[in-house]
Amino acid sequence: MVDSSTNPAKRLLAATEADVRILGMVAVLAMIWLGFGLVTDGAFLTPRNLWNLSVQTSSVAVMATGMVLVIVTRNIDLSVGSVLGVTGMIIGVTQAELIPAWLGYDHPTTWLMALLVGMVAGAIIGAIQGYVIAYMGVPAFIVTLGGLLTWRGAAWWVTSGRTVAPMDSTFQIMGGGPAGSVGELATWMIAAVICLMIIAAILRGRHLRRLHQFPLRPVWAEWLVGSVYCFGVIGAATLANAYPWPSRIAQRYAEAQGIPVPDGGLVIAHGFAVPVLIAIVVGMVMTFIATRTRFGRYVFAIGGNPEAAELAGVNTRRVIMLVFVVMGVLAAIAASISTARLNAATNAQGTLDELYVIAAAVIGGTSLAGGVGKVAGAILGALVMQSLQSGMVLVGIDTPLQNMVVGVVLVLAVWVDTLYRKRSSG
Amino acid sequence: MTQSHSPLVDMRNMSIAFGGNKAVNDVSIDLYPGEVVGLLGHNGAGKSTLIKILSGAYRMSRGEIRIDGQPVSIDNPREAKALGIETIYQTLALADNLDAASNLFLGREIRTRWNTLDDAAMESACRQVMGRLNPNFKRFKDPVKSLSGGQRQSVAIARALYFNARILIMDEPTAALGPEETAQVAELIKHLKSEGIGIFLISHDIHDVFDLSDRVSVMKNGQLVGTAEVSQVTKDDVLGMIILGKCPEGVVPGPGASPTENTLEEGPLAMP
Repeated sequence: MVDSSTNPAKRLLAATEADVRILGMVAVLAMIWLGFGLVTDGAFLTPRNLWNLSVQTSSVAVMATGMVLVIVTRNIDLSVGSVLGVTGMIIGVTQAELIPAWLGYDHPTTWLMALLVGMVAGAIIGAIQGYVIAYMGVPAFIVTLGGLLTWRGAAWWVTSGRTVAPMDSTFQIMGGGPAGSVGELATWMIAAVICLMIIAAILRGRHLRRLHQFPLRPVWAEWLVGSVYCFGVIGAATLANAYPWPSRIAQRYAEAQGIPVPDGGLVIAHGFAVPVLIAIVVGMVMTFIATRTRFGRYVFAIGGNPEAAELAGVNTRRVIMLVFVVMGVLAAIAASISTARLNAATNAQGTLDELYVIAAAVIGGTSLAGGVGKVAGAILGALVMQSLQSGMVLVGIDTPLQNMVVGVVLVLAVWVDTLYRKRSSG
Repeated sequence: MTQSHSPLVDMRNMSIAFGGNKAVNDVSIDLYPGEVVGLLGHNGAGKSTLIKILSGAYRMSRGEIRIDGQPVSIDNPREAKALGIETIYQTLALADNLDAASNLFLGREIRTRWNTLDDAAMESACRQVMGRLNPNFKRFKDPVKSLSGGQRQSVAIARALYFNARILIMDEPTAALGPEETAQVAELIKHLKSEGIGIFLISHDIHDVFDLSDRVSVMKNGQLVGTAEVSQVTKDDVLGMIILGKCPEGVVPGPGASPTENTLEEGPLAMP
C-alpha cells in the first residue's frame, strides 16, 4: 500500500489507509454545516439544532444500512417507506390496543413485545418480497414498486386509516426527547466505551498484522487515526451534553423528584438521544455483518459477479432473499423510532422515505452497479440528506422547493459517483 | 498407458438440452489419474457445456457420471467441489470487487472460533499459495478487477489448487495469456499431472493443448466425433476431426463422426 509517492497528502492517505470517499463525504458535510451556519447566523450550528438533526436522521440511517446490502447485490427496494408505514401501524396497534386489552396499560414489557411483533412483521414482509425476487425471478424494481403500493394500502387497512395514539410510555423512549435521552453521565460513559473500543480495534489490528507478518501502519498514523476518531466521539458527546432540557420540563421534573431548583433554573443535559444510539448500534451490527460474516462476504461477491458466486458454491438466491429479510427488520426498527417520536402511528408514516434512504446509501458511496458500498458511508449519507433538509427548513425554503433540491442532489450524487468510478478504474 | 486403473471420471451418454436445442448429445468421455485429456472443438461445439455438467453448474438431462467407478449425482458446484472437482473457467469466474484472498476462499471461507471471517488467516494462506504460483504477485489488498490478465489467471488457478483437487477442469486456460505466462501454465499442468491429478483441458485451438495432452476428445455440434491417443495421430488428423468430423485410423469414433467419411476410410467400422 505505501508507495514511493513524494506527494505528502498521498503519503498521509496511504499511511493511514484512509477511505478517500468517506473523507470526501465528511468534507461535504462540513461544507453544508458551515454554509447553513453562515446563512442562519449560527442557528444551524447550535447544540439544539444539531441534536435534533441527529434524532431526525436516525430512522433513515437505520434503513440506509440495509439499503446498502440491497443495492450491493444489484437490487433496489422502493418499498421501505411503505413497509415502515405498515409495520409502524402494527407496532402501534399492538401496544395501544392489543396488549392493553390483555395486560393493561404501561406494562413493563409492552415496548419489547411491540418491537418484536413489528420486527417479525418486517421480516415476513421482507421474506415475501425476497422470495419473489430471488426464487421467482421478478426484478426487485417491480416487486418493491408493487410493494410500495401494497404495503401502504396494508398500513391503511390495519385500522381503516385511523391514527393510533398514544404509544406506551416506555416505548416512547425510543423516539428521543428529554425522556428519551440518556443524560450527561451516561453520555460520557458511552463516549468513553466507544473510545476504548476504537483503541482496542487499532491494537488488535496491529496484533493480527504482526501475527501474520503483514506490513504495519506507521505508529504515528495509528495515533492520528485513533485521535481523530476519539476526538469525533468526544466532540459528539460534548455537543449532546451542551443541549439542556427545556426549563419548563426541567422544572416539572425537579418538582416531581423533589429536587431543589437553583437560581437561574435547573440545567439538565439531554446527552445522546436513544434513537441515535439505536442507529449507532444498528450501524455497528450491520458493519459487522457486512464485513465479518460469510453472509456479508457473499452479498458483496454476488454484487461483484453473480455467476462467479454461484459457481463458487454460494447459494445466491437464499442470500438475496435474506438481504430483503434484513431490510424488512430494519424498516420495522425505523418504524419503532418514528412512531415513538411522533407518539402515534399513522398510515402515512414513512411516505417518500424510500427516496431518502436510497439517496443516503448512494451518497454514502454505494454503487448502483453493485458490489461496492459501506454501511458507515450510508449513515453519513443519511446525515447529509437530513442536514440539507433541516437547513432548508431553518432558512425558510418551501416544501416543494425542498423536494426539488433533494431530487437534484440524488441525481448529482449518482453522477459524481459515476465520474469517480470512471477515473479510478481508467 | 494408465488404462490399467479404473477411470477417475467416467461420463457416459451425457445429454443436455436448452429449449429443444441439444447442446450436448449422447457424449461419453473418461479421464484417468495423472492423465491430461484435451477436449477440442469449435466454439459452440458443446465442450464448455459438457464440462459445466461435471463442475455442477448445469444439470444433465440424461447420462451417468462415475467418479472412481461410483455413480455420483452432482447437483450444484458445492457437490462437485466436495468430490474434488475444481474448475478454472474461461471467464475465470472471479468476483471483481473482492481481493485475491476473498476470491480464493469464496464459498469456503476460513472462520474464527466465533464463526466470523478470518481474513488475516485467509490472506496469509493466499500469500503462501500465490508465492509458489506467481512469486511476483504483490497486490493482495486490491480488488482483482485492477489486476492484469495473468495475475487474475493465477488467482483462479490458485483457487482450484489450494483445495487439493483430484480432477481439474481448465476451460481455455491460456486464452488471455502472453507467451511467458502460457509456458508457466504448461509447466504447472505437467507438475500437477505428475502428482496424479486428472486434467481436462478445453480449447478451440489445437496448438494450445496437443503437446500437453495424452488423449484428445473432439466434439462437433454437441456430439462426440471421437477420442484418440495423441501418440497415434497427427495434428492434421485432429484438425480433420474438428473441422469435418472425419475420424482417421487409430481413433475411437463417437456418435458425431461423419458417416460417409468413415464408410470410405474404415469400411466395416461404418457408423449407423
